[in-house]
Amino acid sequence: MATSQVTAALAAHPFLEGLQPKHYETLAGLACEVSFEPGQIIFREGDPSSFFYLILSGTVALEIAAPGRFIAIHTVGEGEELGWSSLLDQVNKQFRARSVDAVRALAFDGARIVAACESDHEFGYIVLRKVLEVVAERLRATRLQVLDVYSKKGAPGK
Amino acid sequence: MRKKQYRLHQSDLSSLLENLRRRGYQPYGPQRRDHAIEWLPLDGIHQLPAGWTTTTAPATYRMQERSDQALFGYWTGPDSLKKLLHPPEACLLKAEYNGGVRFVRQAPAEVKRAFIGVRACDLAAVAALDRVLLSDRWVDDIYQANRNGALLIAVNCTSSAPTCFCASMGSGPRARSGYDIALTERVGDGSSEFLAEPGSEAGASILEELTALAAPAGWEKEAEESCQSAAAAQTRAVDASSAPAVIDRTFDHPRWDQTARRCLACGNCTSVCPTCFCVNIEERNALDLRSAERLRVWDSCFTQAFTYIHGGSIRTTPKSRYRQWLSHKLARWQEQFGMPGCTGCGRCIAWCPAGIDITEEMAALEASSGSTYPTGVSTHGN
Amino acid sequence: MSLLVETTAAAGRPTWETVPGRIAAVSKETHDTFTLQVEPPPGDPVARFRPGQFSMLYVPGVGELPISISGDPGHRELLTYTIRSVGQVTYQIVTRKPGDFIGLRGPFGTPWPVEEARGKNVLIVAGGIGLAPLRPAIYHVLRHRGEYGRLVILYGGRSPRDLLYRKEFAAWGMLPDIQAMATVDYGGVSWRGHVGVVTTLFRHVRLQPAETVAMLCGPEIMMRYATRELESRGFAQGQIHLSMERNMKCATGHCGHCQMGQFFVCKDGPVFPYSQMKPYMDLYEL
Ligand code: SF4
Ligand code: SF4
Ligand code: FES
Repeated sequence: MATSQVTAALAAHPFLEGLQPKHYETLAGLACEVSFEPGQIIFREGDPSSFFYLILSGTVALEIAAPGRFIAIHTVGEGEELGWSSLLDQVNKQFRARSVDAVRALAFDGARIVAACESDHEFGYIVLRKVLEVVAERLRATRLQVLDVYSKKGAPGK
Repeated sequence: MRKKQYRLHQSDLSSLLENLRRRGYQPYGPQRRDHAIEWLPLDGIHQLPAGWTTTTAPATYRMQERSDQALFGYWTGPDSLKKLLHPPEACLLKAEYNGGVRFVRQAPAEVKRAFIGVRACDLAAVAALDRVLLSDRWVDDIYQANRNGALLIAVNCTSSAPTCFCASMGSGPRARSGYDIALTERVGDGSSEFLAEPGSEAGASILEELTALAAPAGWEKEAEESCQSAAAAQTRAVDASSAPAVIDRTFDHPRWDQTARRCLACGNCTSVCPTCFCVNIEERNALDLRSAERLRVWDSCFTQAFTYIHGGSIRTTPKSRYRQWLSHKLARWQEQFGMPGCTGCGRCIAWCPAGIDITEEMAALEASSGSTYPTGVSTHGN
Repeated sequence: MSLLVETTAAAGRPTWETVPGRIAAVSKETHDTFTLQVEPPPGDPVARFRPGQFSMLYVPGVGELPISISGDPGHRELLTYTIRSVGQVTYQIVTRKPGDFIGLRGPFGTPWPVEEARGKNVLIVAGGIGLAPLRPAIYHVLRHRGEYGRLVILYGGRSPRDLLYRKEFAAWGMLPDIQAMATVDYGGVSWRGHVGVVTTLFRHVRLQPAETVAMLCGPEIMMRYATRELESRGFAQGQIHLSMERNMKCATGHCGHCQMGQFFVCKDGPVFPYSQMKPYMDLYEL
């Protein structure tokens, strides 16, 4: 993808909605396009968190290992992001990410995004707000999952 | 046009019983049994509780002798017409196994009964049950059969019990509608006389047949005055028109917690209440396992199982159940059926073993519901 | 004063009249959920149902339960019920064999607003067993396809093995102008669909709130979150309809068990516009 195409893809991505043109350019300079075959491991539980992805197409499952099997606890797809923990220091990946089907994404080195945020706090503020939205939504969804509302007894605690 | 009014002597009541029997009614009347007034089949006027009265207060009901021989000088007892029209137990259906299964249901037959001594509040309660069980999309045919056969002879209240608040609920103390005949007792020396007025064609024709004299001028005015003074003497009241709004504002009010600490969730209030209609269904298997019966039994919103759905009950605490009960009686019923669900009869006050008083609860909620109260503060009243 | 009323209910029969239904087939949907086909007496009004209505199913000597009808309202020779075995009565119903009889009363309750939704898009949001009461609405829309806009079916379940009607669901998704997406709370490696709660699917579909009627059925918590989500996406409260569950003994407004504030869920519901339920849904132990 040419840089101009990357910039266009970034501007069209829902996660980045509302950024200023110069910010898309900053990000475009950091992005590299990647693709995964169905069933490929994108990162493993325990990996140092390095990359942050914006999914352009396809679906990625976040999985956690249980004895003898993997349990998928979340899927992300087109228009969503993957790997926000790479924007934090010293955090290893909490889940395994596996492509469910063919996946195309833009990958960013988390450390370089953080560096860009540090040097331009306005840009940093916007990125962090975006990430906060994602984290809040995940937290909400996770709370609902924890409730296990479809179980026979209804939500636990009764 | 003024209704024709009659003067009945105590002895005319025997002719009245005769007349009712001839018309195929089994007379029922209030009688003294087990230290309480109870609705029972009435063989003769001598079974009426002449010379007895009742005293009531929160958690108190006592029978006492009067200084006179009034026949209807007591107030409502623990039972009501609900017991007879909407019976505590009724068989709904029988399933018979014979290779397959056969469902047998007999249409309930009309039961002709004449109730003598129905108070105004209890007429209102019958009207409430009519509304719930007969006037909706679905009709309860058991109630209907009992109700169609019921002849109601009211007795106006010329004095009130301490627990009565019918005046504030607009249901008494004088019967205004819903009766076949209304009587007002005039207690004399040793025996009573009655002002009698018809409320229906059946009532009019019965009174006609008794060949009674017309009531003396002035009796009507005296009856009205004594009912008015009975109303004025009532010390309890509920503001029925503001109650729904108050209840809406106080869902999380600490008062519910305080009351719940006293409430035993025993369901006495719902059993004695003449309008509480809730029922449960029970299965009874024959010992030879060749048939089963479905029984309808009175239920109470105070039980844990009342709201059970898979996963648990909705109302797990006595607090939520008391709140449901009071809210239903004084607010939701109005929205559901366009009339109050409480008649002000006061039974729930007298028969609550903890003496919880619906009028006092309502007043406490009302007194403190004007502004927002701090939720979570639960020790300081009101 | 006696009061004479017509002797039978509006539906033409006394409230407690129960008719025998012969079990024609029992099939296993999932590890704990079964679908029963029940044959009502020929021509009996018990089979004249509208999408969203329920019957009272009676196992003699055991008890009676409200169960939503999950079959095609266009086919009335057989009544279909999808039942999860969670208690004594449901266990007894799902373990009946073809040829056995159960008791039937009904149909009861308010239907899905399929008439109101004519000319609009229909959004179905189902959770768990909640897909069963919605299936007749889906059948209705499919049968009258030209009268409705897009049909979007979002379905959340616990895990892939808990999902109902999987083949049929996949087939719906193949039809033109229908989007059918399922998600599970916990997936396995072989599950290729979404993982996450049902509300996370909203972002994947094109919704035109003003042109859409939403019908929701599932656990109350799930519906509460879904309604909030829909509201934040521009749905008016009156466009969202929910099917509620409460204890029911009579289904006719006479036992009192199903009360929710001013409503009797059996006769005023089970399907309510969200505008009616909203004031009640956040009240704990109402
Ligand atoms: S709530 Fe109490 S006072 Fe009111 S009708 Fe019932 S028993 Fe009587
Ligand atoms: S107060 Fe309770 S028992 Fe009485 S009618 Fe209402 S819900 Fe039923
Ligand atoms: S189920 Fe009996 S009143 Fe609703």
